[in-house]
Amino acid sequence: MADITPDRFSAAAPDANAEAVAAHKRRNRLGLGFWIPMTWLAVVVAAAVFADFLGLFPADEIDWMFINEGPNEAHLLGTDHLGRDMLSRIVYGARVSLTVGFAAPLIGVGLGLVLGILAGYYKGWVDEIVGIAIDTWLAIPGLVILLLFSVVFGGSLGMVCLSLGLLFIPTAARITRAATLNHSNREFVLAARAMGASDLRILAIEVFPNIIWPLIAFVLIDIPIAIVIEGALSFLGLSVKAPTPSWGGVIAEGREHLEGSPHISLIPTAVMFLTVLSFNLVGDAIRKRLADQRDGAI
Amino acid sequence: MRYLIRRFQRLVVVMICVTFLTFLLVNVLPGDVAYEMAGMDSSEEEVQAIRDELGLERPLVTRYLEWAGGIFTGDWGASFINKEKVWDALSHRFPVSLELMLLAQLIALSLAVPMGLISAYRPGGRADRLIGTLAFASVSMPSFMTAILLIFFFSLHLGWLPATGYEPLSAGLWANLKPMILPALALGLVEWTVLMRTLRAEMIGVLQENYIALARAKGMSDARILLVHALRPSSFSMITLLGLQVGRLMGGSIIIEQIFGIPGVGRLLVHAVYTRDFIMIQGCVTLFAIAFVTANFLVDIAYAWLDPRVRLERARG
Repeated sequence: MADITPDRFSAAAPDANAEAVAAHKRRNRLGLGFWIPMTWLAVVVAAAVFADFLGLFPADEIDWMFINEGPNEAHLLGTDHLGRDMLSRIVYGARVSLTVGFAAPLIGVGLGLVLGILAGYYKGWVDEIVGIAIDTWLAIPGLVILLLFSVVFGGSLGMVCLSLGLLFIPTAARITRAATLNHSNREFVLAARAMGASDLRILAIEVFPNIIWPLIAFVLIDIPIAIVIEGALSFLGLSVKAPTPSWGGVIAEGREHLEGSPHISLIPTAVMFLTVLSFNLVGDAIRKRLADQRDGAI
Repeated sequence: MRYLIRRFQRLVVVMICVTFLTFLLVNVLPGDVAYEMAGMDSSEEEVQAIRDELGLERPLVTRYLEWAGGIFTGDWGASFINKEKVWDALSHRFPVSLELMLLAQLIALSLAVPMGLISAYRPGGRADRLIGTLAFASVSMPSFMTAILLIFFFSLHLGWLPATGYEPLSAGLWANLKPMILPALALGLVEWTVLMRTLRAEMIGVLQENYIALARAKGMSDARILLVHALRPSSFSMITLLGLQVGRLMGGSIIIEQIFGIPGVGRLLVHAVYTRDFIMIQGCVTLFAIAFVTANFLVDIAYAWLDPRVRLERARG
């Protein structure tokens, strides 16, 4: 979602006196609201990357002696209905969520960038075709597209990243198109063209650096969204194939045992909530900074 | 009027693309449908017989045109798996999904409007920051997680509301609503944030207008200014968003119907995906697309009707 909150500071910026600038700096410093979520994310990412060296139980080791156990000394977060260690399932599940969370928006923005830049620069029938393609894509709800893809292409991690990435194309293309339209008639572009620069050169050197910032902001917003959608998909059992653990899948498995052993669902729910919230908070803080720097407010 | 006609033309083109794309995906990519239906150890003749029966030998475009023509006459084909007519299955389940989505949107709106008003009244104030934090939390809480928590507290812990089930409206209004409350809440509790933020942003702008200052100077109460003078001109973006949100609601309803065992289109689709019932998938996707595109078309009309300026400008241009 685009930042729809008007920037409270930018209006006052041109004639801002030193005091206002200082106040602005103070308010905009990356405070606890940035560093606490950042720490959490660092822990989750580190755990996911170094999962093999943490001395965890194997994520799919079934132990019939310890079924549906609450947190205890051997199993810090308890075990699930097959006696598998919850901590290790959550840590290995983080791999899936984080991979999808980072890869899907990048794929989507990459492809959307190409479409949007072509539509915005060449206009005319290229624009029309891209417009129809985007409308078509948007006419099917995202999750429905994913269900369709999971039937057709099956559920490997790569396919999940790719098909989820495709969902981000329309918005990325629209943002790029609008930004390109804005810049493609500016003086520096006309000058480059007058000097005989090729279209490719103009797009790469003159236009691209100017449209990259809104796209970076867009990627930041999309990371938590991608994690949530992957969670929904694996909740339905249509993401990566079992027994590979993923957060949505672990939550879904625990649903049957919500009455007797609620920890199986509730712990991964809490972990996923904190992670998504952290990504939202960190993304928001960085986005505000980027916006400020571009506006030249400080 | 001219504007609406152009929108309508675009709508038709988009629908053709959507149906063709769905048809292509479902019919070309997953391998041989007939082979799958016949089972692993069937003879070549049996497979051929099914192929003939389904008319799979004919060219793709012919088959598409036939199927697309059927959409208008109510013949959406029949399931390969259990021979159920796709149109019958959809028309039974669509009202259920619609009820769920309307209730969810109602919950979302009844949270978003007051919260947006309070936030916009003193932007940056204590109430605004509290609501902003709340919004951050609920946007980080996808509907299937909210659903788990709601079931845990209200069904298992307190035992107030059922965790699953569905009763038709003919069983009485309360009997119908009771099992719908938790699912609608689970959906609505994530959707309200976008509406609230949009309303807040637009209202902050509107409250700077001269006529608001005039109303204030005349001594009108803040509540009256917010509700009577500022709300209507502030709600246009939010109304556009209501249309766009239909897509998210549909996606959400698929999961929610699955969790709460509600017999809607979403559950039908997931079941069709599990059983690889291709023609049913095709029907569900088409219905979702038609509903989504129609909802947005209606929003466009509502928009023109709400704002006379839009109506006039578009009539001229």
